Amino acid sequence: MREIPVSKVTDAVEQLCIQAANRLPSDVLERLRWAKEAEESEVGREIIGLLIENAELARSAEVPICQDTGVAIVFLEVGQDVHFTGGSLQEAIDEGVRRGYSRGYLRKSVVRDPFDRKNTGDNTPAIVHTCIVPGDRLKIVVCPKGTGSENMSQLRMMVPADGKRGVVDFVVETVSRAGSNPCPPIIVGVGVGGMMETAALLAKKALLRPVGQHHPDPEVEKLESEILEAVNNTGIGPQGLGGRITALAVHVETHPTHIGALPVAVNIQCHAARHAEIQL
Amino acid sequence: MRRITTPFDKSQARSLIAGDRVLISGVIYTARDAAHKRMTEAIAAGQPLPVDLTDQIIYYVGPCPAKPGQVIGSAGPTTSGRMDAYTPAMLTQAGLRGMIGKGKRSQAVKDAMKDVAAVYFLAVGGAGALLAQRIRKAEVVAYPDLGPEAVYRLEVEHFPAIVGIDTEGRDVYEEGQKRYKR
Repeated sequence: MREIPVSKVTDAVEQLCIQAANRLPSDVLERLRWAKEAEESEVGREIIGLLIENAELARSAEVPICQDTGVAIVFLEVGQDVHFTGGSLQEAIDEGVRRGYSRGYLRKSVVRDPFDRKNTGDNTPAIVHTCIVPGDRLKIVVCPKGTGSENMSQLRMMVPADGKRGVVDFVVETVSRAGSNPCPPIIVGVGVGGMMETAALLAKKALLRPVGQHHPDPEVEKLESEILEAVNNTGIGPQGLGGRITALAVHVETHPTHIGALPVAVNIQCHAARHAEIQL
Repeated sequence: MRRITTPFDKSQARSLIAGDRVLISGVIYTARDAAHKRMTEAIAAGQPLPVDLTDQIIYYVGPCPAKPGQVIGSAGPTTSGRMDAYTPAMLTQAGLRGMIGKGKRSQAVKDAMKDVAAVYFLAVGGAGALLAQRIRKAEVVAYPDLGPEAVYRLEVEHFPAIVGIDTEGRDVYEEGQKRYKR
């Protein structure tokens, strides 16, 4: 048994919120640099150049890459031998978000109720996903997500007969419908299998993988390449102004499912693919 | 490169063609979902708007708070389509001449833009740190209770944009994407 005071979680979440908002992960930046060379459209190359310049400015001036600093989505991997002490874990995470969004001058974008839409004023509550794993470590990943891309995401309960072809078509349909809205070049997270909520969560987790790193299963890797090519054939391009690079990468995650099911979720991520993590 | 200074009239609007690069200077106003809801409710109730939008530009943005020493925090465009339900009233009844945002617009918005000779400008989404540097002054002028959704009066200098939809309904997204579709 290892005790972790929840105040340590608060401190970590505060730092991770600020770090994620201001520093584009290096794998994303590298992929953008690759895309700037690969893009055929002149205006597309110019836009990707601006996005790189923006990310570099944000890092050096310690300001947010994008004004939509999102809802703080927090993924926890909790070792089963960990015991949290000194208060509520959710409250500790929320306190970290509250401090991070205040001290980092980040935008507060959470409303307390989907219908009365009153801003909570401190970007709480965080959305927390917990996974219990062997061991006594705690991994915290903070992933701020804005609505430009999130609103363009979709979930469909397909049937086994739809197969891989159906999945490819659904992703292309989703990306085409999104068009210029989610700030392309995008990263496409696809979750296939499980039940409805499994697919949605897998699609989101797929976005945490280093950009362009393929799935270890060669069959899934093949599917990722096929979807990426199809998505880039839409011609949407950087910012939707036309071009070759609509998506920087497609990441697919799969899970066992029911004999009668083929749930598919497509979670779209803008080029500002922000996340930061720490292990305690 | 075209230069536009606000306020600007119908004939200046008509001179802009989809795809033109522009630098916008002068006063522009921010508004997003919640402020649009309030303003269109005021229009429907026959009440005055908190700011005169005649021949003006609305920038769809909810900026980050300013750090000490900054005029404003990061301030890039939000998705314009969410304002589509409110936009025809803003154009035909509030006299709005231009909008800055990102993403597609509905046919109803395009039709209203044609009717009143208005222009839809695109700013680069996700470049909020860079775009904030073109904002010289910022103050909240309406609905402060809305926080990041309050209406700000911004003074901008050479704010870079692309004409997305012009007064004839030409759409730069449609034209650009057609060229690269396989």
